[in-house]
Parts: sequence; C-alpha cells; structure tokens
Amino acid sequence: MKSTDFDYICPSSLEEVIQILDQYQGEVKIISGGQSLMPILNYRLASPQLLVDLQGVADLNKVSISSEGTTLGARVRWVDIENHDGLRVSQPLLCAAIDHVAHYQIRNRGTVGGSLVHADPAAEMPGLAVALEGILNLHGPQGVRRVHAADFFLGQLSTSIETNEILVSIELPFWPQDRRWGFAEFSRRKGDFALAGAAVWFDLASDGHAMNVHIGLIGTGEKPMRLLSAESGLNGRTLTESMIESVVHQSLSAMSFQGDIHASEKYRRALMLEMVSKAFAQAMRPIN
Amino acid sequence: MQVKMTVNGKLFESDLAPRINLADCLRHEMDLTGTHVACEHGVCGACTVLVNGDAVRSCLMLAVQANGQSVVTVEGLSSDAELSALQASFRKHNALQCGFCTPGFITTAHALLTQEPNCDEDRIREVLSGNLCRCTGYVPIIQAVLDARVAYQQMGVK
Repeated sequence: MKSTDFDYICPSSLEEVIQILDQYQGEVKIISGGQSLMPILNYRLASPQLLVDLQGVADLNKVSISSEGTTLGARVRWVDIENHDGLRVSQPLLCAAIDHVAHYQIRNRGTVGGSLVHADPAAEMPGLAVALEGILNLHGPQGVRRVHAADFFLGQLSTSIETNEILVSIELPFWPQDRRWGFAEFSRRKGDFALAGAAVWFDLASDGHAMNVHIGLIGTGEKPMRLLSAESGLNGRTLTESMIESVVHQSLSAMSFQGDIHASEKYRRALMLEMVSKAFAQAMRPIN
Repeated sequence: MQVKMTVNGKLFESDLAPRINLADCLRHEMDLTGTHVACEHGVCGACTVLVNGDAVRSCLMLAVQANGQSVVTVEGLSSDAELSALQASFRKHNALQCGFCTPGFITTAHALLTQEPNCDEDRIREVLSGNLCRCTGYVPIIQAVLDARVAYQQMGVK
C-alpha cells in the first residue's frame, strides 16, 4: 500500500525539531532511517500531518566510549555498530545482539533511536536497553529528561516519550572486561523478529559465585523485560547448568506467554527456556 | 517539494510529493523500471538500490530523503555493450527463472562484492537472506555471486 499524504521538513538543528514537535502536538512523526516508520506509513497505521527528517541534524550519529560507559546517538545505524571495533570491547553483549537485527539493506539505514521509540517487544535494541540498564536522554522544550529503559517501555509499540520530546541518545553503563555474558535468539527466518531471545550477563566474585545477574527477555509479552525472580534466585550462588535450568524454568512457569499464529503459548515458554539456557551456556564458557 | 539527486550518474531534478517513496520515484518519474516493487514493507528486497554506495530498500526510503544523494539502480550496473560480471555469472548458473527478484539480487550482491570483495560463502548467504526468490531455491544465486566474486577481486575495490 501507499502512505497517506503528509508534509515534510528537514531542519538543521535539534532546537528547531523540538519547536516543531511542540507546535504540532502529536500530528508529527520523526523520521531518520525510516526502517520501522515507513512500513507503518505504507500500511496506513499512522497518518501524520508532517514528517520531520533528522538527516540535517548534526551530532546525533556519534558513538562515545569513556570510563563512565558508552553513549550511542539516536541516529547510530546497525551497520555503524557492526563496524565499530571499540564497541566490540566496550559493549560486547550489545554487539552480539545487534548482529541479529534485520537484513543487510535495513542495517544500512535502521537506527538505534528508531528501534527504541518504535518499541517492538520482539526487537533486539529495546530488549538490550532494558537488560543493560540503559538510560535514555529525551530532549523537549523544558530541557533534558533522563529515563531508565525499564520505565521507558510501556507496552507494545508504546513508550513514555511525550509528543514534544525527541530521543537524542542512550547511555549504557560501564562494562568491565571480565564480565560474563551470552546472547541467544530464535527466529523462523534469518533477520526476522525473534520468537524468543535472551540476553544474560553477570559478574563472578573471587570465590566463584555470581553477582549482578541480569536476564533480559525479548519477544515475549507486551514489552521487553527482565526475569527478576530468576535473577534473585541465581545471585550469590555458584552457577551450574542444572541449577540455572531449574530456577529459570520456575520463573518462566509463573509468567504468562501469549500464543499466536506463529507459536503456541507452550512452545514459546519452552523456547524461551532454551534461549536463556543457551545464553547462560555461552556466558559460562571458559575465558581463553 | 523540490528534489535534486544523481541517478546512475545523471542529475535528476523534480518537484515531488513527500509521500512518494524512492522506488516509485525511480519507476514513475524516471522510467527506471528495473527497480521492482513487491512487498512495499521491506521484506522482499526486490527494490534494492544503492544510495551513496550502500544497498538500501527503496520502498523504505522517501524520494525526498534522497535529496542531494547519489542513487544507482540496476540499470546503472550494466552497459548495452556486454554483460557485467554479475549478469554473466547469473546467466551461467541459471540464477534466475522469472527474473522478478533479480534486480534486487544484482544490486545487493554488487554492493557486497564492492565493499567486501573477499567475503566468504557464509557472508554471501547472510547478506542475500534479505532478498526473496520464489523460483531458484537460492543455491544457483549463491553460486553465481561466489563465481562473480573473482571479477570484483581482480577489479579491486571500485
């Protein structure tokens, strides 16, 4: 299908963008790579009066890495992450997950910010933002609002961003080199959205027990989430394969899964257990 | 809106409605019908073109977003005189039947082999996973791209 008619503007500063957002109050959509928005426009699921293109706004495509952590500008593309050697070191789990995003052509245009504000619960970036405890920087007429990823996602394609705000960047906390991590996802075809995906990380204390256990789930429920009950069940313990499986199994059993045309509720729960177990197996592989 | 872009080396200028996507602009405004439109939501890859050398889906990009950029379509990758390396290789390996998806495969493979002339079969498979073909079963296409790789390696990175 073809989109409805709209006006288009390509401003050259962030202030201008915010002014336009404030003026149009919800009748406007921001476009950058357009890899989530264009299908929505073509399906006429959205029919904005005005599209604001970010390609003229400088400095939104920066990656900065410091001892505080890593900041990704909203216009950083998947291919930029793929080709960034520094990110492989500063955010290895993020890079492993982003390798699963979409296809070659889409990776040349799709952006971090676009995926976050689109908020598909089956997409990698929102899931990773939650699993890595990212902080989103939202700029509006009143200044900057810093929102934890866990509070940003409200439900399917729904976030806490206001109509006059724009997502400028996401900050990811510092990642120690000896942190253990794993990522696994399953989709029916390469590049599709995940039926189930899991991002896990933890630190090892000197006596070998696990601390800071994080388990991020992708492709289940209304929004990306962490498996908090299993995290607390594993924290402070020396992890073994069978213990992980039983703790995660118990947590997943208490969670509701939605069956659909692609997979039944039972299948999705079993698949998620498999993905979390696989991610932990990766995380526990010996460091060479 | 006034739009100016380079398409296959020639300057194109027009007054376009913002909602026109790049694929429709190429086909209807410039009569470059080699770019094929199938799914119109970024799944099939038939509409792949090069924008500043990168393979992109032209159904997921507005023509106005290509303002000031350089676009190359499948027409820009061939000459009337002889078959290009990819065209000859697709012919040799029977890498097409109906041919609807072929422009998308050619443009995608051209971008890949130009940017990564030493890519291996796994990488070729990964990249071409973004293009759908309902006739060939993909194996001849992979073989054709692998075969054409030699020509790109000899050309060096263009």
